[in-house]
Amino acid sequence: MTAALPAQLEELVDDFTAVPQEDKLQLLLEFSRSLPALPSRLGEHPEELEQVVECQSPLFLAVEWDEDAEPGPDTPVRLFFSAPAEAPTTRGFASILHEGLDGLPAQQVLEIPDDLPERFGLTQLVSPLRMRGMSAMLARIKRRVRELQDA
Amino acid sequence: MGVAVENNEEFAQYAHPERLVSTQWVAEHLADPGVVVVESDEDVLLYETGHVPGAVKIDWHTDLNRPDTRDYVDGAGFAELMSRKGISRDTTVVVYGDKSNWWAAYALWVFELFGHPDVRLMNGGRDKWIAEGRELSTDRVVPERADYPVVERDDSRARAYQEDVLAHLGQNPLIDVRSLPEYTGERTHMAEYPQEGTLRGGHIPTAASVPWARAAAEDARFRSREELEAIYRDEVGLAADDDIIAYCRIGERSSHTWFVLKYLLGYDKVRNYDGSWTEWGNSVRVPIVLGAERGEVPGSAR
Repeated sequence: MTAALPAQLEELVDDFTAVPQEDKLQLLLEFSRSLPALPSRLGEHPEELEQVVECQSPLFLAVEWDEDAEPGPDTPVRLFFSAPAEAPTTRGFASILHEGLDGLPAQQVLEIPDDLPERFGLTQLVSPLRMRGMSAMLARIKRRVRELQDA
Repeated sequence: MGVAVENNEEFAQYAHPERLVSTQWVAEHLADPGVVVVESDEDVLLYETGHVPGAVKIDWHTDLNRPDTRDYVDGAGFAELMSRKGISRDTTVVVYGDKSNWWAAYALWVFELFGHPDVRLMNGGRDKWIAEGRELSTDRVVPERADYPVVERDDSRARAYQEDVLAHLGQNPLIDVRSLPEYTGERTHMAEYPQEGTLRGGHIPTAASVPWARAAAEDARFRSREELEAIYRDEVGLAADDDIIAYCRIGERSSHTWFVLKYLLGYDKVRNYDGSWTEWGNSVRVPIVLGAERGEVPGSAR
C-alpha cells in the first residue's frame, strides 16, 4: 500500500509507468527539454538559489510562496530549477518535480512520500547513484518549504 | 586488426599509439565499413541529446553490468550486445564519452576482458568533439545486426578481485585514483556526489594516491608521456616490471588510469579492481588506513 499522490503528480507517474521500458528514456529526455528557464530576477541573482550538491551535475533550485499570496499551509508554492543542457538526466528529474509539484499547496508538498523517485519505473535504467540525486532534490524542496513556513 | 592505425605524431610518444585516434580521424572514418563508433557516458541521456553521426550507445549500467550479480555480462551476453550494435570480432571499435573519457575507458576495459582485438579511444572524448564544433546527430542509429562469436570473458589479465588485492598487499603497488578526501577517509564519495553507501572511509594499506584526472589535460585529452611519467614513475615510483592494481569507488575512474598505465606508459601487468572501495570499505576483516599516508599492512592481514 503506497500513499496517494496529488493528481498532477499521479498523472506523471502514470505516464512513466505506461510507456514501455525502451521508451522511458525518451520520455525523460522530453522532460529535460521542457524544463522552464529561470525567471530573469532569479537568473540574475544566483545567490538566491540553493545548490543540490547530491546531484551528479550542477543543479540549483529555489522555492517561493505564490506571488502576493498570504503564507500558510494551503498556499501554493512555486518551484524554480536551473541545470545545464549538458546534464539532461538531472534536468529531466528537475522537470518532473517541477511539473508534479509546482503550484501545490505547501502542506501537500510536505506530504509527498519520500519514495517518490522509485515510482517512475526508472530504477532499472538509471543507476542508483543518479536516482539518489532526485531524492535529494525532493528532500531539499521539502526543507525549503518548512523554512518558508517558519520564516 | 581492423582498419589501419592512425598515423599521428601526437600519439607516437605513447607506448601503444594504436590504441588512440583523434577527433579528426573519427570525422574521416566514422562511415568506414570496418569501424563502429561507440559512445559511453556517465549521463544516461547525453547520447540522445546528440552524438557523433552513426555512433551507437553502450550504457555501463544497463548493457555491461548484469542485473542478477555484481558482475559483467558473460560471453553470450557480450556476443548478443555486440551483434545488436553491429560489431563483429574484426570490427575496429572506437569508444568516446563524457568527462575526459572516464566512462569510455570503463567500456573499453570491459571490451578488453573479452579480448576484442581492436578497440581504441577517441582522445579528448565528447567534450573535444563538441569544442571543435563537429557535427552532432540525433538520428536514431539502427545498426545492421552482426554475428559476434561467444568468447568467454577472461578476467585474469586486466581484472583484480578482492582476494587478488589481499594477496597483492605489501608485495606490489596499488594506486588509489579517487579524490584526496576519499583517500584520507574524510568522505566516502566524490565531492558533490551522493553517498554510495560505504561504511568506512579510507584507503587500502600501501596504496598511493593519484586522482585519475591528473592524467587528463584541460581539453580532456591525455597528458603527454613526459607529464605522465613524472607522475606515475617519478612521483609514485612505479617500476617497468611492476605488477600494478588500480582501484576507485566502483572501478570506472580506475579504468581511465588502467588505460594510461597499460597503453600510454606501457606497463605490462596492470589490473583494475572493480570491486573497489564499495567492496573493500564494506568488507569484514580487511584492513584500511585513514589519513594521507600510504600506511602499512597490519601483520594479521595476510
